[in-house]
Amino acid sequence: MSTAIKDTQKMIEEVLDAYPEKAKKERAKHLAANDPTGQCSTCKVKANTKSRPGVMTVRGCAYAGAKGVVWGPVKDQITVSHGPVGCGQYSWWARRNYYNGITGVDTFGTMHITTDFQERDIVYGGDKGLDAALHELKELFPLAKGIGILSECPVGLIGDDIEAVSKRVEKEFKIPIVPVRCEGFRGVSQSLGHHIANDTIRDYVLGKGKLEKTTPYDVALIGDYNIGGDAWASRKMLEEMGLRVIAQWTGDASVNELGIATKSKLNLIHCYRSMNYICRHMEEEYGIPWEEFNFFGPTKIYASIRKIASHFDDKIKENAEKLIEKYKPIMDAVVEQYKPKLEGKKVMLYVGGLRPRHTVGAYEDLGMDIIASGYEFGHNDDYNRTYPVMKEGAVIMDDATLYELEEFTRRMKPDMVGAGIKEKYSYHKMGVPFRQMHSWDYSGPYHGFDGFPVFARDMDMTVNNPSWNLIRRKK
Amino acid sequence: MRQIAVYGKGGIGKSTTTQNTVAGLSQAGYKCMIVGCDPKADATRLILHAKAQTTVMDLARERGTVEDLEVNEVLLTGFNGIRCAESGGPEPGVGCAGRGVITAINFLEENGAYDADTDFVFYDVLGDVVCGGFAMPMREGKAKEIYIVTSGEMMAMYAANNISRGILKYAHSGGVRLGGLICNSRKTDKEYELISELAKKLGTQLIHFVPRDNQVQRAELRRMTVIEYSPEHPQADEYRILAKKIADNRDLVIPTPISMDELEQLLMDFGIMESEEAA
Repeated sequence: MSTAIKDTQKMIEEVLDAYPEKAKKERAKHLAANDPTGQCSTCKVKANTKSRPGVMTVRGCAYAGAKGVVWGPVKDQITVSHGPVGCGQYSWWARRNYYNGITGVDTFGTMHITTDFQERDIVYGGDKGLDAALHELKELFPLAKGIGILSECPVGLIGDDIEAVSKRVEKEFKIPIVPVRCEGFRGVSQSLGHHIANDTIRDYVLGKGKLEKTTPYDVALIGDYNIGGDAWASRKMLEEMGLRVIAQWTGDASVNELGIATKSKLNLIHCYRSMNYICRHMEEEYGIPWEEFNFFGPTKIYASIRKIASHFDDKIKENAEKLIEKYKPIMDAVVEQYKPKLEGKKVMLYVGGLRPRHTVGAYEDLGMDIIASGYEFGHNDDYNRTYPVMKEGAVIMDDATLYELEEFTRRMKPDMVGAGIKEKYSYHKMGVPFRQMHSWDYSGPYHGFDGFPVFARDMDMTVNNPSWNLIRRKK
Repeated sequence: MRQIAVYGKGGIGKSTTTQNTVAGLSQAGYKCMIVGCDPKADATRLILHAKAQTTVMDLARERGTVEDLEVNEVLLTGFNGIRCAESGGPEPGVGCAGRGVITAINFLEENGAYDADTDFVFYDVLGDVVCGGFAMPMREGKAKEIYIVTSGEMMAMYAANNISRGILKYAHSGGVRLGGLICNSRKTDKEYELISELAKKLGTQLIHFVPRDNQVQRAELRRMTVIEYSPEHPQADEYRILAKKIADNRDLVIPTPISMDELEQLLMDFGIMESEEAA
């Protein structure tokens, strides 16, 4: 075992020492020093288990995963938060999933619809209220192409039969009415909500869309939620390669696009964690291969473009090389401009579905060094994809607690931390440069050739911002 | 004011026993109130002479929320000044009746239904303690005194034991105590002895053995308690005796529920159930 791994393990042990015995034993399984070779048996973390009570976790719930991530961005369907008003309110437009269309007429992404449960709905059941809401929605928004019913906790507790309402109303409206059983108490994190949402796409809309003609170059872009326009940046590149993006899931997606992905020749998956389920299903049922790609930073972009092109004929392969040739000078200029200011800066990441590993290359293109990375709700397959891209001795964290994040920060002294809104303000108070990496801190896009210059500028703006020095730090 | 909850297996005669007992208490000069905690809303029929009074939850549903109700709309006065309220709730298979009980009781409390000169409040609660809502009457120091209606039938005894477990759970947090078992006779073999023994095992008493009499049914058909319908009938006296025993009862205990095996053994000891070897 190398000294880098040993030193990190020692530091982790010191951090864990503050816990009582039982908590320490349990948390120790979720923290590890990275071994990119995979030979060190103690360098793997345990994942996707119930959070330990008493420590601060930043995880979300099944509803957050189904509504906030997968179904919410579908633009021409109306997403109903079925239950009390809170869940819908707090998940309202939280990730800036951009879309084209006239909101309130043919698209509904930024709108917030809830059945607003009152005590009487709990006691007498919410099915009649739901039925009434669906009819009101149909009358108010006749151009809606579907309605999703996203269950909040009480719906599952009182056993409301939302499937029966959906079935009845679907016959009447002749558009998909999708009941999603994503009650927040199910599962250990938002991750189960992604899975439940995938299953409902499979059961209610997949294979039911209309596509006039198909071409040998049809692909579907899966698991890109178009945060700050990310999916558009990726789509543009795929189109420049000569591919035809027939469906974008679910950023800027239409219900029809969810239905026609089964016609694609290759499914390209960006967020593996939230949508691998449906890709595997399409592989098994429709024989469609899928490929995980990474459009963060030029190194990964070039490799991904070539990997995608390898599934197609020479024409596409040539286009891919031309595309790289065209953008390489622009990317080189970005690196040239920002690398001198960011070189050697240490970064700590703690994010969600794919960013803890996918953004590593982009930081490295700028000469930055990822010293720690972790997932809120990753599974073993995410970590197995992460170990090889991280350097030896880096900290790998699963479902980290606020105490652990603060302690690692104090000991490892990163020049920048990239995490979510729940960590943001404690880092501001600590005076550590911080970037909200779930919604790009209201910036973006970060994907593709369009995204990298924005990413590089934002990281420079964060790390080298003089205002951090104005914060009074604890002695 | 004493708050009393009556539990027992469904169909055992909780509502009939409660209303007759309360009628007896009111005749003895006590001011009484009955709160029905069952969506069927049939706990006050014999006092009000009307099927299904307007319930708290039904009216809340019609108006929007309980805030839109006045207490006198749901608190009615029947035989001998007995005041009656029903929590109400959904038809079977939808919603959450337990939450309805919680909402209704809180509403009554917050709106001063329990005035100071009330001597007894009786909660007549649906069947078994199936969820937190139906335990509401014994939570948060509401009813501190519980009576379980049972009979010599095995499932009724099984339910009585289960309810004792519920009481045990709240005994230490809410100060709930078991006042005794009321045997509503089904004329099963050795019923008196069996329930006396069950009461002993549960650490409580058989407070009264109410004999089976068709006069109860005759009165019920006329939407009345026996005490009102035929005050001179011997069955009316049985309820008066039960009322007096409850009024005088100081024997309030933390129950000692038994295991299913012990319960079966009890039935075997009394020759009600054959042991597996004998069968």
